[in-house]
Amino acid sequence: MKIAVSAQGKTLDSSLDPRFGRAAYILVVDTETLEFEAFDNGNNKNAFKGAGIQAAAMVSDKNAEVLLTGFCGPNAFQTLDAAGVKVVSDQSGRVIDVIQKFKQGGAVYAEGANKDGHW
Amino acid sequence: MIISIASGKGGTGKTTVATNLALSIESCVQLFDCDVEEPNVHLFLNPVIHKKEPVIAPVPRIDLEKCTFCKKCMNICRYGALAVLKKDVLVFENLCHSCGGCFEICPENAVMEKDRSLGDIEHGSVKGIAFIQGRLSIGQVMVPPIIKKIRSYTDPNLITIIDAPPGTSCPVIAAMNKADFILLVTEPTPFGLHDLKLAVETVKILGIPCGLVINRVGIGNDEVNRYAEKENIPVLMEIPFDKKIAQIYSRGEMIIEKMPEYKTKFQNLFKKIAQIVGKKEGGK
Amino acid sequence: MRELVILSGKGGTGKTSITAAFASLAQNMVLCDADVDAADLHLILKPDFKKTIEFKGGHEAVINKELCTQCGRCIEVCRFGAVKDSFEIDPIDCEGCGVCVDLCPEKAIDFPETICGQWYISNTRFGPMVHARLGIAQENSGKLVALIRGEAKKLAIKNNLDLILTDGPPGIGCPVIASIGQATAILIVSEPTVSGIHDMERVGQLSKHFNIPAMVCINKYDLNPKQTEKIMAIAQKASMPVVGRISFDQTFTEAMIQAQTIFEYNHQSQASMEVRQIWDNILSLPSFNAPVNPILKHL
Repeated sequence: MKIAVSAQGKTLDSSLDPRFGRAAYILVVDTETLEFEAFDNGNNKNAFKGAGIQAAAMVSDKNAEVLLTGFCGPNAFQTLDAAGVKVVSDQSGRVIDVIQKFKQGGAVYAEGANKDGHW
Repeated sequence: MIISIASGKGGTGKTTVATNLALSIESCVQLFDCDVEEPNVHLFLNPVIHKKEPVIAPVPRIDLEKCTFCKKCMNICRYGALAVLKKDVLVFENLCHSCGGCFEICPENAVMEKDRSLGDIEHGSVKGIAFIQGRLSIGQVMVPPIIKKIRSYTDPNLITIIDAPPGTSCPVIAAMNKADFILLVTEPTPFGLHDLKLAVETVKILGIPCGLVINRVGIGNDEVNRYAEKENIPVLMEIPFDKKIAQIYSRGEMIIEKMPEYKTKFQNLFKKIAQIVGKKEGGK
Repeated sequence: MRELVILSGKGGTGKTSITAAFASLAQNMVLCDADVDAADLHLILKPDFKKTIEFKGGHEAVINKELCTQCGRCIEVCRFGAVKDSFEIDPIDCEGCGVCVDLCPEKAIDFPETICGQWYISNTRFGPMVHARLGIAQENSGKLVALIRGEAKKLAIKNNLDLILTDGPPGIGCPVIASIGQATAILIVSEPTVSGIHDMERVGQLSKHFNIPAMVCINKYDLNPKQTEKIMAIAQKASMPVVGRISFDQTFTEAMIQAQTIFEYNHQSQASMEVRQIWDNILSLPSFNAPVNPILKHL
């Protein structure tokens, strides 16, 4: 399964970026092989509006089924939800550790945004 | 003739000057309340409103039957208001600036226009004045289209007085742009002076002649007068600081009605403005 | 961390003077002047402008005359009427949407990034301050407000400060909405005038719309006792606690002229005592002491 993780760097060793729309990178990882692609989210990071929406559309585009992140705003959540991408929020730590934990199962999928809209 | 009344700083007396000036002029006047975030003119004039119309802006609606999910609309939108997914397109109306890019670029004609309400404008009248005010809906942010809509009712045969919002950004520009004269209302305090300077810079960018009304004279110092002299901006009227005026205002009453000597003062103010505008027109 | 945003709807009710007065009283605090259009707080707080950063808020279309064939496509697509018949773009009317840039068949329209203003990190005698100056006639005041509030938060986290005092803009539009998102509470500075009341009600509705608790203080309450009572009644009906009243006191203007807060100018003035009481009331208000989701602290 492919999952997306918001990350501060472009490797699995880097820390998870608690922000989603404004994360430095978004890593799309194959949970079986741990092969991954890193997408520079720099354009979005500096966007003032709609960053979460654009990041969400990108995650869907890369065929990720789940997003692991810290905080997910209402617009991003709505977009991910519409795209059928499940969200696990309130995550922190190294990307690799977060993925390993996710693989153990029992992840709680978010039912909504866990952060207010951004301006 | 269009006279726009502005200030930079809020609460200096724009509405007081706009309403009393409009009532004092003995020719046909239209008064526009363009402070659509907080319109206050109606509180002082109590106009009879006879028409209300919504101000709408188009937002996209996607026809999913025609859409091929090519993402061109999403890519042209600089406001991030569209999300093209594999089998769906989401529209975030709050982010849309109604630029029309998505309508234009869609190769399948799958983008339709849908109306979104930004606020409304009301037409009314009071004491021979034609009155129009705008009102931004709570939670909406698109102010300039409402101001532009109000100003589309400008009648060139009348004297148009515009009560502008405070500040120096887009809403103020929409209320000042293409006016014949800008009357800046300030108060003789450090805040008043600082924000006056910003307002004067704004007026300079627009290249419109301006003059000053100094309100609450006596409350602070004379730095505003010195600045006006240095910048060669005419001081057209001074209103002294008077608790009686403040109380008249607090009750929503008109100065010229409670202190009739002010009627002549506001008429003189108008004469001076007309002279400056006349000279400029004559010089053309 | 808590953030108090001071608003009024109507301008000139005393937001900035009261924010400055609070700065005299508050501990462990970052100041944020979110009235980026006509910022005045610095006139009292005299910040040192330690760091100045350009604010790039948007783009502006410019037609390259050498490439332009005057086909008129830009005039046709511009919804803002910004393209003149002379094939020049009026920067005042241009919204920066870039539609003409993308649709010009000759690719003859440049789209340079515009510098819309500056923002600053400063020190003041009361603590660090983040403030800004939006360029004249520029757009995107909301973005700049959001940016400096974010910076104020970062600064607070870095320096272990637990309060942000934000001086908000007038009105209820774009910059105001940008100034209240995720705030702990809003203090509405009202005045007993017909317009003060009307505008307070609109801000009250806005705070409800965005679900942020609001409280009210009445400045110049003795100017019109009847209207003051009306404010109390309206506030109560809207479940906005009234945290205090301030007399019509020239101390505010006198202090402003000296670039001082009212406490520095005369800590025993009527207004000083009343503002002190208001500050104590705010600090003990339940809505200002609600527990914050601890993870939100890192945002």
